[in-house]
Amino acid sequence: MSVFLFKRLITLVATLVGASVVVFLVLEILPGNAAQILMGPDASPEAVQALATKLGIDRPPVERYFSWVGGMLTGNLGDSYAYSTPVSELVLERLSLTVPLAVLAMAMTALIALVAGIYAASRHNKLGDVGVMAASQVGIAIPNFWFAILLILLFSVQLKWFSAGGFPGWGEGIWQGLRSLLLPALSLAVVQSAILARITRSAVLEVLREDFVRTARAKGVSERGTLWGHVLRNAMIPVITVAGLQFAELLAGTIVVESVFYLPGMGRLIFQSIQNRDLIVVQNCVMLLAAMVIIVNFVVDVLYATIDPRVKASDI
Amino acid sequence: MSAVQLPVATPPVTQGFWRRALRNHSFVLGGLLTLLLVAAAALSLAWTPHNPYDVNIPVRLQGPSGTYWLGTDPYGRDIVSLLLVGARASIVVGVIAVGIGLVVGTAFGLLASARRGWTEEIIMRVADFGFAFPAILSAIMLTAVFGPGMVNAIVAIGIYNIPTFARITRASANAIWAREFVLAARACGKGAFSITMEHVLPNILSVLIVQATIRFAIAILAEAALSYLGLGTQPPQPSWGRMLSEAQTLLFQAPMLAVYPGVAIALAVLGLNLMGDGLRDVFDPRLARKR
Repeated sequence: MSVFLFKRLITLVATLVGASVVVFLVLEILPGNAAQILMGPDASPEAVQALATKLGIDRPPVERYFSWVGGMLTGNLGDSYAYSTPVSELVLERLSLTVPLAVLAMAMTALIALVAGIYAASRHNKLGDVGVMAASQVGIAIPNFWFAILLILLFSVQLKWFSAGGFPGWGEGIWQGLRSLLLPALSLAVVQSAILARITRSAVLEVLREDFVRTARAKGVSERGTLWGHVLRNAMIPVITVAGLQFAELLAGTIVVESVFYLPGMGRLIFQSIQNRDLIVVQNCVMLLAAMVIIVNFVVDVLYATIDPRVKASDI
Repeated sequence: MSAVQLPVATPPVTQGFWRRALRNHSFVLGGLLTLLLVAAAALSLAWTPHNPYDVNIPVRLQGPSGTYWLGTDPYGRDIVSLLLVGARASIVVGVIAVGIGLVVGTAFGLLASARRGWTEEIIMRVADFGFAFPAILSAIMLTAVFGPGMVNAIVAIGIYNIPTFARITRASANAIWAREFVLAARACGKGAFSITMEHVLPNILSVLIVQATIRFAIAILAEAALSYLGLGTQPPQPSWGRMLSEAQTLLFQAPMLAVYPGVAIALAVLGLNLMGDGLRDVFDPRLARKR
């Protein structure tokens, strides 16, 4: 286990470093003089130079890269040009919305997918199975932001159960906060659960064909006992892998869905910053999201090996 | 009969293709929907009921009628015409973005498989790392630097596709390299390049076609999302994603405006996904029987 973990850790660090180099090159080197961009083409050269010195972008790129990475490790991300506040404060505030949203969406995804997938597998080739599969095919085809709009149409415009968007903040109580995240999370979950339900179904069907299932049935274990005690445990391996990858998708998906519901999360922060040409905020947010995706994938890899010892033996 | 039984390659995927394809429900339904998408885009090149760029405020937000089949938008433009022209944006973005991923990704995948060793290791690690940047994230980076636009959206989705194709190509190609007919070709003195071109590539073509179809669907979804966010296709060029973002501000006055473009996107994606599933079963009948 330790050798496996060590190798995975090295890959994790290498991937994070690679991602940071890409983000740095694209968002800090490619645009050219950030001070010029911020001040516009009409600014005087002296003013541009003064801002460049203030932002520290007149230093050589390698030095800037290391001071950026060093800052990230110590939590000092520099100051936002547009908001004149530390980027770390802005990001932390927005993360308190985006992370709960992604986690809630993931929980809904898992719940819907497991119920639908196991049900479909237990009714293999019967009407219930065909129905779930058809519904999931449609679910995969629906863009999450359109489903979000449809939810607003139904629950806000027609039924008036929820507000059409916005976020009261956690200060108003957890229930009020969760309430405004419910529709956004559902719109993210529906598409992802359609995919995960298909994976769950085929994983369960695959395991149902195994010899040990026949043995369990032969020795008199009930159908329900076989399913819960023998089949599900083994079927969960591919399901967890895909669910991990989906968490990354969900994080990226929050960017779009936050825009639909006007939620003040990371996604909206990135957009406002793009409009304000506040590249330092964009750079740190993109890096943070990419890092979260990479770390989730790492955790999935390790989890995968913990559940399925065969992975360590064969792979790597 | 020859004295020596030489191992032969699997028969080409085209053998009896249409006979099997037309019996596959997924393929037929998906194919029809895809045909509808292409036909809509092609038709819009020659004819639309009204000029989709004509702003005509007096007839804004009209309901469906004989003149305007699905009504008009807040600028008095005809919805049907906008939907038809919008199909074009989806197809253009899909074809080019998948093309970028297919060509570059397959080339790297084939190279990794043919060279093995360090080359393979490096290519695959770089591909892994590509997964850290979902399409939306790479599009945001490009937009932040170069400004929003269709070309940047295409490039972002294309880059996002490269690692997927590289991985799938390598995995399928490695399986082919292990086959006897490749061994036979090597014994005949063929080099890695000609084996790749003559034996490996033709044998993994079906996998690539299926993947390209599914990636096309994902590209349409990504383009719609980017255009919805204002990062993709720019006005006045109509696109389904932008139509949805415009419609969202009018949910109380004209809710149906938010329905039509979404249905168009969902049908296009559904069609391509079904066609991909169908093709997979047609190309590999063993898989279909197993399910």
